[in-house]
Amino acid sequence: MSYIRPKIRHPETPINDIGYTRKNYEGSLSTLCAGCGHDSISAAIVQACFELNIEPHKVAKLSGIGCSSKTPTYFLGNSHGFNSVHGRMPSVATGANMANRDMIYIGVSGDGDTASIGMGQFAHVVRRNLNMLYLVENNGCYGLTKGQDSATSDFESISKKGVPNPFEAIDLCGIALQLGATMVARSFSGDKEQLVPLIKAALCHEGFAFIDVMSPCVTFNNNKGSTKSYEYVRDHIETLGVVDFVPMKDEITTHYKPGSSQEVTLHDGSVVRLQKLDEDYDPHDRRAALDKLKESQEQGKELTGLLYLDPDSKELHELLGTTQRPLRSLTEEDLCPGVNVLEKINLSFQ
Amino acid sequence: MSGNRINTAIKKNLVVSDWSSTDIANPEYFHKVVDCQYACPAHTPVPEYIRLIASRRYTEAYMVNWESNVFPGVLGRTCDRPCEPACRRGRVDEEPVAICRLKRVAADNRGDITDLLPEIPKNKNGKKIALVGAGPASLTVARDLMPLGYQIDLYDENALAGGFMRSQIPSFRLPEQVLDDEIGYILSMGVDTHFKTRVNSMTELMSKNYDAIFVGTGAPRGKDLANLSGRKEADANIHIGIDWLGSVAFEHITSIGKRVVVLGGGNTAMDCCRTARRLGGEDVKVIVRSPFSEMKASPWEKEDAIHEDIPILDNHVPKAFIHENGRLTGVEFEKVKAVYAEDGSRKLIPLDEKPVLIPCDDVLMAIGQENAFPWIEKDIGIDFDQWEVPLIDELSFQSSLPNIFFGGDAAFGPKNIITAVAHGHQAAISIDAFCKGKDIHDRPAPLTNLISQKMGVHEWAYHSEVSDDDRFLVAQADKNNTLVDRKLEVELGFDEQQAFAEAQRCLNCDIQTVFEEVKCIECDACADVCPTDCITFTEPETEETLRTHLRAPATNQEQALYISQVLPTSRVLVKDEDVCLHCGLCAERCPTAAWDMQKFLYNVCKAGQINLLDPLTRNRRN
Ligand SMILES: Cc1cc2nc3c(=O)[nH]c(=O)nc-3n(C[C@H](O)[C@H](O)[C@H](O)COP(=O)(O)OP(=O)(O)OC[C@H]3O[C@@H](n4cnc5c(N)ncnc54)[C@H](O)[C@@H]3O)c2cc1C
Ligand SMILES: Cc1ncc(C[n+]2csc(CCOP(=O)(O)OP(=O)(O)O)c2C)c(N)n1
Ligand code: SF4
Ligand code: SF4
Ligand code: SF4
Ligand SMILES: [Mg+2]
Repeated sequence: MSYIRPKIRHPETPINDIGYTRKNYEGSLSTLCAGCGHDSISAAIVQACFELNIEPHKVAKLSGIGCSSKTPTYFLGNSHGFNSVHGRMPSVATGANMANRDMIYIGVSGDGDTASIGMGQFAHVVRRNLNMLYLVENNGCYGLTKGQDSATSDFESISKKGVPNPFEAIDLCGIALQLGATMVARSFSGDKEQLVPLIKAALCHEGFAFIDVMSPCVTFNNNKGSTKSYEYVRDHIETLGVVDFVPMKDEITTHYKPGSSQEVTLHDGSVVRLQKLDEDYDPHDRRAALDKLKESQEQGKELTGLLYLDPDSKELHELLGTTQRPLRSLTEEDLCPGVNVLEKINLSFQ
Repeated sequence: MSGNRINTAIKKNLVVSDWSSTDIANPEYFHKVVDCQYACPAHTPVPEYIRLIASRRYTEAYMVNWESNVFPGVLGRTCDRPCEPACRRGRVDEEPVAICRLKRVAADNRGDITDLLPEIPKNKNGKKIALVGAGPASLTVARDLMPLGYQIDLYDENALAGGFMRSQIPSFRLPEQVLDDEIGYILSMGVDTHFKTRVNSMTELMSKNYDAIFVGTGAPRGKDLANLSGRKEADANIHIGIDWLGSVAFEHITSIGKRVVVLGGGNTAMDCCRTARRLGGEDVKVIVRSPFSEMKASPWEKEDAIHEDIPILDNHVPKAFIHENGRLTGVEFEKVKAVYAEDGSRKLIPLDEKPVLIPCDDVLMAIGQENAFPWIEKDIGIDFDQWEVPLIDELSFQSSLPNIFFGGDAAFGPKNIITAVAHGHQAAISIDAFCKGKDIHDRPAPLTNLISQKMGVHEWAYHSEVSDDDRFLVAQADKNNTLVDRKLEVELGFDEQQAFAEAQRCLNCDIQTVFEEVKCIECDACADVCPTDCITFTEPETEETLRTHLRAPATNQEQALYISQVLPTSRVLVKDEDVCLHCGLCAERCPTAAWDMQKFLYNVCKAGQINLLDPLTRNRRN
C-alpha cells in the first residue's frame, strides 16, 4: 500500500535559482479520485511556483469547500493555507490580503464553490481587483457531494446520473470580464503547456487574475454526453494561441512574424507573449474578449488561452491608498505618531 | 486542441517515421529492467528471493537461488557480485542493496532441502559424460545433467571437490562446512567421483568412449617473476600465491615468516595477505604497481585487509629480490607514478628516487593466473590461440572437437564462481542437445511469466512502499579471535531484523509497470504523481530526440525508454526506466488501470529444468 510518496526523487532533478527542487513545492499525496483533473492543476501550480523561484513561505493558499477546494493540501506543503467555508474564500482572501500585501495569494475554488453558493462573494472580489490568483477547477458538477449538476454545467450536458441538464450554464470567464477582472484566462487541466505559463503570468499580475480551468471529474462527469469529459474537452477545445511567459530576468530571444505574436509587459517587467493563431485577436480589448467567448460558445467550442490582460491594472491596495507595509509590521509609533503629527493634520484642514 | 496538438499543428510538415513503440512481448525488454538479474551471469531472479527473505521464507529463497546459481551459501559469502554495481538503488540512493549478503541469509536460515532436490532417475539414459576438474563449472554441469539420467565421471587431482572454491578461497571467508553441504547436494545425486586423479592425457580420456567431455580445469597457473634478479637464489622463501594458498588449504603449509611482502593488487593478493596474518605474519604488506584506486581487488576486500592492519603500498614496481647467504632478506622497488594518455591508457613512469628496500622473510606473488593445458595433446583437433587459450564457441561452449566442451576459467581465462556456474548451465544444455543429436545452437527460450499484482485499490501483492534506510553493514567477528584462527569466519552475516530491513531497500524492479494504450484517457495522473519524473506524454520522436524531451532528461543510455503506441491526442507515453522506483503510484493514480504492476519472472532455461516459477510446484515443495 502506498498512501505515502517515496522520499526519493530523480537524481538530476532541476534546482531553481533559490536552491529548491520541485519537491520543495509539493504537498501531501492526493486523496482525490485517481485521474481527477484537479490533481493535474496542483502539479501545474507546483511547476509554476518552482519556475518562478517563489519562496513557499511567501504564499498563502485559500479555498472554500469541494474536491477542488481540498487541493491546496496537495501542493505547496511549505506554504500557509486556509480552507474556509463553502463559497467564502473571497472574503477570507480579501481580509488576509488587506492585512499583509507582501504575500502571494492563491485562491482555489470549484464551479460549485464559485458559481453557486459563492457567486455573491466572487462578484465583489472581482470588482475590487484584489491582488490574487483566483483559480476555478471547473468540472461542471459538485464532485465532493457526488456529482450533482453545477451552475457551469452546459445546457443538456449529461452527467453520470444520465439526466440532461435543463439550465443554461454560467460562463465564469464572461462574468469575470464583465465585472472588471484585470486578467482572465481559460485552460484545461490536461494541457500543462498552456496552463503553467498562464499561472505564472497570473502570479506576476498585479490585480485580480482569474483562470477558469476545465478539470474533468473522472468519477461523476466523464461519461458520454458530458461536455466536461476529457474526451469532449479535447475534441472541442479551441485556443487563442500559445502562451509564453518570459520572466523579467530573461532576455527575449525568439521572434515571430509581426502580427502573429503580441507581447504584454507586466508590472514586474516579465513578459507574457501570446503567439496568436487568430492574428486579429487583441488581449487588451475587453469587449473583443467577450465577443470571442460568445462566438466560440455558439460554435460549440471550448475557447482557451489568455482572453484578457490589463497591464496597467490598479489593485485594491492602490485603489484604497493603504499602507505599503503589512499590518503586522506596523509599530505603535507608526500607528500613534503623536501630537505633532496630529497637529500637522489638523493644520492641513485649515 | 491541447497545447501539444497545437505545436504539432504549427510544425505541420513534421514527418515522424523514425521511431517505434516498445515491444514488451520480447522477454529481454523487461529482463533488462531488472538490473541486478540482468547483470548476474546466471540471471538469478534477485528481487524474487529478496521478497521471500523479507517474508522469512528462507527455504524458498534458497531454492530460487539454488536453481539459478547452484551455490547460494558459497556465493552469499564470496560472490564478485556484479549485480550490486548494477542495482538501481545505487542510482537513486547512496548505495545498492546488499544483494550478496541477503543471499547468505537465505542460505544460513534455510530448512532441510533434501526433499526439494530434483529426483535422479534410477534408469540411466545410457549416455556417459566425463567432467575434468571438480570446480564450480563442472559441478554445475553435473547438477544439471544428473536429473536427466546421465552417468557422470568427475575427475580432479585433489582429494576433495570444489576446485578453487576449496583450494583458494580461505576458510575465514568461506567455511568448509558451507562448501561441503552444497557440493554434497550434487555429489549425492550419484556422480562417480575420481579424486586424486589427475588427467594427464586427453587422448587417453577420449579413448574411454565418453559421449561428451567437459573441461573445467580452471586457470591453474600462477604467474611468476622469473627474470627478476635473485629470484632463483631466494626461491625457498618466494611463493606463487595460488600454489601457496592451495597448500595452506590442504594443510601442507602451516606457518610463514613474521615479515611478509605480498606482490599484486587483486583479490588473490588480499587472500594471501590475510592468510599470512593468520599463519604468523606480523608485519604483512601488500605492495602493488598501480595506484590504489586502480587495484583490481574489490573495494570490500581491500577494506577487510586494511582492517587487519595490512598496509597497502601503491606505485611500487618490484625490481629485485635481495638475499644473503641463500636467504631472502627483502625486495627492492622502484617508485613510479601513473601517467595517462589522452585515450585513457596508462603508463607507469619511474620517479627519480632512490630504490626502496622492504625487508622481509617471505614473498607471496599474486600477480595473475593463466590457463594451462599441458595435458591436452596439440594434434587431436582442439584449436588454441597463440596464448594457449582454447577457441571456444561463446554460445554453446563447444570446442573445435564437437564432443568436447569447455567452461569456467578454462574457457575464457580467470573470472569468478558465478561466471563458471553460468558457463556450466549453458554447457549442460549443449551437451544434452549434442547427446540427443539436436542442433546445439538452437538455444531454449527463457521461461517467463507476467502476473498482475493488483489486490485492491491501494493494495498490491508486493510491498510497494519505498524504504528510506541506508545500506546496512554486516557485522564482523572480533579481530583478536579471527587473526589467530585461520578457519574462523570473519563476517557474521545479517541477523533476521537486519535482513528484513535490508530486504525492504530492494525496489522490486521485477514488478513491471505495464501500460495498455487503449485504456489510457491521458489524464496525466501518472506523470503528475511519479516521484522520479519517469513519465512524459509527448509527440513521437526518435529515441535519441525523445531522451532530451522528457520531464527529466534520460541521459543513462544503458536504460531503455518504454514508448507506447500513439494515443488519441497523437502523442505517445514515454517512460524512462532508469530511475523508476516501482512504487506503483502511477498505477494507483490511474483511473482506468491503463497502468498495472505486473510481476515478471524470467528464468534462464536449464538442461533438466526444475520449474521453480510455478507457484503450485513451489508450494507443494514446502
Ligand atoms: C585466491 C583466489 C580467490 C578467489 N576468490 C574468489 C571469490 O571470492 N569469489 C569468486 O567468485 N571467485 C573467486 N576466485 C575465482 C574462482 O575461484 C574461480 O573463477 C572459479 O573457481 C573457477 O571455477 P572453475 O570451475 O572454472 O575451475 P576451478 O575452480 O579452478 O577448478 C578447477 C579444478 O580442476 C582441477 N584440475 C585442473 N587440471 C586438472 C587435470 N588435468 N586433471 C584433474 N583435475 C584438474 C583443479 O585442481 C581444480 O580443482 C578466486 C580465485 C583465487 C585464485
Ligand atoms: C454551506 C454549505 N452548503 C453545502 C455544502 C455541501 N457541499 C460540499 S462541496 C459542495 C459542492 C462542491 O462543488 P465544487 O465547488 O464544484 O467542487 P468539486 O468537488 O466539484 O471540485 C457542496 C454543495 C457545504 N459543505 N457547505
Ligand atoms: S469526485 Fe470528481 S472532482 Fe472529486 S476527486 Fe473524484 S474525480 Fe475529482
Ligand atoms: S533494487 Fe532490488 S530488484 Fe532493483 S536492482 Fe537492486 S536488488 Fe535488484
Ligand atoms: S512505479 Fe510508476 S510512479 Fe513509481 S517510480 Fe515507477 S513510473 Fe514512477
Ligand atoms: Mg465542481
